[in-house]
Amino acid sequence: MGKTLYQKVWDAHTVGTLSDGRTQLFIGTHLIHEVTSPQAFGMLRELGLPVKYPKRTFATIDHIVPTINQNQPADPLAAEMIEAIRKNCDDFDVTYFDLKSGKQGIVHVVGPEQGITQPGSTIACGDSHTATHGAFGAIAFGIGTTQVRDVLATQTMAMESLKVRRIEVNGKLRPGVYAKDVTLHIIRMLGAKGGIGYAYEYAGDTFDHFSMEERMTVCNMAIEGGARCGYVNPDETTFEFLKGRPYSPTGAEWDEAVTRWKSFASDSDAEFDDIITINAEDVEPSVTWGISPDHGITIGENIPDPATTPDPEERAVIEEALAYMKLPAGTPIKGIPIDVAFIGSCTNGRLSDFRETAKYLKGKKVAAGITAIAVPGSQITAIQCEQEGLDKIFEEAGFEWRAAGCSMCLAMNPDKLIGDQICASSSNRNFKGRQGSPIGRTILMSPVMVAAAAVEGKIADARETFENLGTSAVA
Amino acid sequence: MAIAPITQISGTAVPIPGADIDTDRIIPARFMKCVTFDGLGEFAFYDVRFDPVTGEKTDHPLNDERFKDASILVAGINFGCGSSREHAPQSLTKYGFTGIVAESFAEIFYGNSTTLGLPCVSAPKADIDALKAATAADATLEVKIDIEALTVTAGDLSFAVEMPAPARHALLSGKYDPIAELIGNKDKIEATAAGLAYIE
Ligand code: SF4
Repeated sequence: MGKTLYQKVWDAHTVGTLSDGRTQLFIGTHLIHEVTSPQAFGMLRELGLPVKYPKRTFATIDHIVPTINQNQPADPLAAEMIEAIRKNCDDFDVTYFDLKSGKQGIVHVVGPEQGITQPGSTIACGDSHTATHGAFGAIAFGIGTTQVRDVLATQTMAMESLKVRRIEVNGKLRPGVYAKDVTLHIIRMLGAKGGIGYAYEYAGDTFDHFSMEERMTVCNMAIEGGARCGYVNPDETTFEFLKGRPYSPTGAEWDEAVTRWKSFASDSDAEFDDIITINAEDVEPSVTWGISPDHGITIGENIPDPATTPDPEERAVIEEALAYMKLPAGTPIKGIPIDVAFIGSCTNGRLSDFRETAKYLKGKKVAAGITAIAVPGSQITAIQCEQEGLDKIFEEAGFEWRAAGCSMCLAMNPDKLIGDQICASSSNRNFKGRQGSPIGRTILMSPVMVAAAAVEGKIADARETFENLGTSAVA
Repeated sequence: MAIAPITQISGTAVPIPGADIDTDRIIPARFMKCVTFDGLGEFAFYDVRFDPVTGEKTDHPLNDERFKDASILVAGINFGCGSSREHAPQSLTKYGFTGIVAESFAEIFYGNSTTLGLPCVSAPKADIDALKAATAADATLEVKIDIEALTVTAGDLSFAVEMPAPARHALLSGKYDPIAELIGNKDKIEATAAGLAYIE
């Protein structure tokens, strides 16, 4: 019987079994950022321990970085956090992509961009969206701060093994349907808790044809479906992406690496604990209506109505969500007015996202009264966009073009919703208060759908807003 | 680095309403601007304890005087979902909680809590609802989580709870913080690294 990529990577990185039965797993690559690492370094200092493999940890700052002027921390606490990561990386000899490096950005954008994220590796980061790196055929876990300490001190951590569910998507996505819609579709189908105890293997010819960016968008939200990690088997698309990146192998080592990377892909006779198949044609442009990423509907559907929901528990969930979202039950989601449009985050803040969106924004204008911001995921992404003139297209349409960071994905920098503003957002979480105001409201969707909402001033079907959308299918 | 085993937890309990309590709810992100975990306790459940608009105390059970000294949290399904922030369990322990009984837990939260020595046990909805009702009726009710026997008892109420074997073992043996054992396997770590082509 063959093995899955998950099993192969797990086995190759197993140090041994701990006395409590968990596996001590070697973590090949450790990514850190300013929010969840300072306490871990504090614990290291307390224990008097060094970083065991300093070359295997890479740091950047993203969550608290202001996007108007990156060099102006919002407050003394933000300044203290920036100082802390600088000092910690300095003291412990860790590579740090600082603001001045030209390489700073959201940690899940920076890793792949630098070629640090590689197939067949284990990756950990004190951030739940670490699953993103699975797009390269890595097993990537979000971890807590005490585990960050463990990885710093030993390059290992204690883990329980997961089951593997293969999610196969076949066929061609229709025009106006994006990787973001695929991931929202899967989460709606399996639920926000459906993946607990699982690693997700995303496969099928839809994934085979996806770019690395599209694969990252789906893997990024594995965690929103409850899965601890998600991955796509490495293939030529993966290798093509990695070739020539700063930390990618070169020369003879490159060829060896590719051979090795290929060997990690799941065997054709690998056994899975569960298999789900989805037809790509069934995926529609999707949006969320509630306060959990599995509160999703397609753009043509109505907001759920608790009155017509027989199951009492489900009814209570809908009632709570609608009370928070202040949305009218049983009416179309299309047409709900918005206040803010946000394109960015580690889900959809990459070059391809801005390229694709700019195609349709060109010549359009953001509706009056809407705040629209476009935030590249990294400094490198920003420059690439600017070289292609994308920033100008966004600005001419009425978007603010910002500097790299997590921005309005969460409430740790100056980009925040105010009061109960409602935001069309390309990010990954629509939890209560997620975007900075305790009563702010988030509607998740693809970047092109955010652009359509910005132009119309309300939730819209991008296929109707943008005449030219019907003609240019992605994937 | 020897730590005392945790075999049972007891104290009064507070029932928390709602399903899918995410970590943003447990500790809103804006309070994560810190370089230590000290002081996080006062921000636990901040946005549900205080009205976001008026700043007034809400009628959340944590504001109820009767539950002021509660050290056990009783919650619904998928408690602790969302972000991997250890700030969430840290804020709960700093607030004064020593154990959580819920229908189910999100994985990362669960692991983070166990490592901090904050036992999390799960039970079917009917048992949780009964426990919530009992504690709501009598806030002085002593609730006992027995990790050895895997039971929760509170007055006349007693039911079986679940906890994954590794977590249970770790708590019972006082090894829930794995650092000493991880460090102890230095040779095996280096042997594993040597077998990985991408590690220098
Ligand atoms: S963009 Fe959002 S989800 Fe991604 S790392 Fe930043 S805060 Fe987390």
